[in-house]
Amino acid sequence: MAENLDQPFKESAMNNEEKRKINREQRTQVIAFAFMIGITILAFLAVGAEGVPGTFTTPFILLLAFVQLLLQLYYFMHLKDKDHGWPNSFMISGLVLAAPMIVALIMLLGVVKY
Amino acid sequence: MVSEATNTRKKSVLWDWLTTVDHKKIAILYLIAGTLFFVKAGLMAVLFRIQLIAPEMEFISGQTFNELVTMHGTIMLFLAATPLIFAFANFAIPLQIGARDVAFPFVNALGFWLFLSGGILLSISWFFGGAPDAGWTSYVPLASREFGGLGIDFYVLGLQISGFGTLISGINFIVTIINMRAPGMTMMRLPLFCWTMLVTSMLIVFAFTPLAAGLALLMLDRIFDAQFFIPGEGGNVVLWQHIFWIFGHPEVYILVMPAFGIISEVVPAFSKKRLFGYTSMVFAVLIIGFLSFMVWLHHMFTVGVGPIANSVFAIATMTIAVPTGIKIFNWLFTMWGGKIKFTTAMHFGASFVPTFVLGGVTGVMLAMAPVDHLYHDTYFVVAHFHYIIVGGIVLGLLAGLFYWYPKMFGHKLNETLGIIFFWIFYIGFHLTFFVQHILGLIGMPRRVYTYLEGQGMDTMNFISSVGAFLMSVAIIILVINIIYSALKAERITEKDPWDARTLEWATSTPVAEYNFAQTPQVRSLDPVFYEKIHGNGEMKPAEPLDEIHMPNGSILPFIMGVGMFIAGFGFISFHMDLFISPYVIIAIGGITFFGAMAARSLQNDHGYHIDKETVESMEKELS
Repeated sequence: MAENLDQPFKESAMNNEEKRKINREQRTQVIAFAFMIGITILAFLAVGAEGVPGTFTTPFILLLAFVQLLLQLYYFMHLKDKDHGWPNSFMISGLVLAAPMIVALIMLLGVVKY
Repeated sequence: MVSEATNTRKKSVLWDWLTTVDHKKIAILYLIAGTLFFVKAGLMAVLFRIQLIAPEMEFISGQTFNELVTMHGTIMLFLAATPLIFAFANFAIPLQIGARDVAFPFVNALGFWLFLSGGILLSISWFFGGAPDAGWTSYVPLASREFGGLGIDFYVLGLQISGFGTLISGINFIVTIINMRAPGMTMMRLPLFCWTMLVTSMLIVFAFTPLAAGLALLMLDRIFDAQFFIPGEGGNVVLWQHIFWIFGHPEVYILVMPAFGIISEVVPAFSKKRLFGYTSMVFAVLIIGFLSFMVWLHHMFTVGVGPIANSVFAIATMTIAVPTGIKIFNWLFTMWGGKIKFTTAMHFGASFVPTFVLGGVTGVMLAMAPVDHLYHDTYFVVAHFHYIIVGGIVLGLLAGLFYWYPKMFGHKLNETLGIIFFWIFYIGFHLTFFVQHILGLIGMPRRVYTYLEGQGMDTMNFISSVGAFLMSVAIIILVINIIYSALKAERITEKDPWDARTLEWATSTPVAEYNFAQTPQVRSLDPVFYEKIHGNGEMKPAEPLDEIHMPNGSILPFIMGVGMFIAGFGFISFHMDLFISPYVIIAIGGITFFGAMAARSLQNDHGYHIDKETVESMEKELS
């Protein structure tokens, strides 16, 4: 038994259902990756292309970055999968705490008073 | 199993404690280290209370006074209260959730050694030109290279290192509570101490990161001549205050929430009733945790951030009183109609409630932005936060000490001495800090090393100092109690000396190294009490008796602590005249630290197994 372990297996240990799942997962990964490359190209275009005003570029890139972040977290780091409730809730509570802080800091230090 | 042989070899006591990864032993290490720092910081307070006992005293100089005040605050918050909380958390959490150990035992040990090396680094500042002297908040520009001495480098590096330890321990507790619960222990059956520690650990993760960032910026400013906080060169001093209090306000709750948890264990246990309003307690803890992040600006009302910001943060601050009030009433209702047994732990538990309310009331007073301009930097603030910290956190910790002592050490603390200790401490505490409210209202400022005669402050300062002496006497009685009990008290072997309710009281006394021979099946909130009523008083096992997998001890956490200490000292020595280059010291520390890390990564340590026969014989011996 044990001496055969270095030999390649003849057939997969997964059943058909598991194989289908893996294939589907692979497909979503590839699509998400292609999409992410797509929006990266968009971002470069927005900066590089003439005629696109800077007032548009900045929020546009930030929006793309946000989408990128979600794709990264949920599709690449598997937060969308089952049993990721706790990591999800920690990520979200971190965001809920950090966002108002950053907004408040920007407003307090930048606009209202030094 | 090759490693089994290593376990049976008898280890020397010192080596055993240096290499331990057992959560119960690490708890005792935290307890000892935290107590030593507690006594040290307390003695500092006594020294500067002697200075303030009469007007224009010349007991210590103004510089020494500043150093004492700074170190008192810093040590009390970071090196006394935090480790004492971790001591109880380390001890109680795995037992309360029915686990064999915390999720990452090695990381647990690492957390302790990093905390200790940071603490020692901070403490040796006395020998290198004086301790930090810019207040425990270390505000810039007071703490900048231009105005602050070498001591502040020790503050920055020491806190960073012990902060790493706190952070990794916090992550460890989160993972433990979420993943290691026994079958049937749902989140809504979690003992309240575990709930508060879960929220506390979340606060640690979200609050110590800003602190680490702020300290890193301050370190860059001081050691590598950056300008984050230097106004003349484009920096911003208020930024430090924001970052510090974004950490600093949650820190208050990091400390007080475990105390809430301990009180929520002690009060039901000695009232013979289940905790009133368990669900509302849980949600109150979560809401307090959330709100504690959104109120940091109330420490900076007088900075001048404008009326709108002040109002928003004033209202947010006052909102915290609501969930806190829920908790207070739940404790009262738990005691109401209960069959109260006034043990020492219950003395602390019951007195916590009114004292904490007093601190909370002055907190709401301080939260009113317009009046805060009057209170700011007076003794009123000092009185307020000492009512929270001593009247809340310390009373809670002492309740926990007397409550869990039999489980930790196998004998009770003497109850008579305990109650004498309680009364002297409690009276001393009120004498010290109650008059400080009035001192503050008549205008005595914080952080001044003396005051003039005939301003109406003499008597009250005298009373305050006498109170501080009383508290010291009380702590001496506690020490006597601990020594007396260790020598004289009868060893107990019963599992449940208090007739308590939660799962830690289902383990043998002293607790076996594997905690539970068989993981218990939890059927209710307060599982032990449930089995007493509905079962035969023994927890039902959730698994057959089998061999138990345990982690091996390791010296690497200790070595990593030493490495961090050396590297931290190296960074400080950039502005010292030492005979070796700081780069050499940093290199030695770095190699030690990363070498130990590499050793940990490369070594293949699968732990060891305690076989079934050994477990059976150990169980028979303990019961």
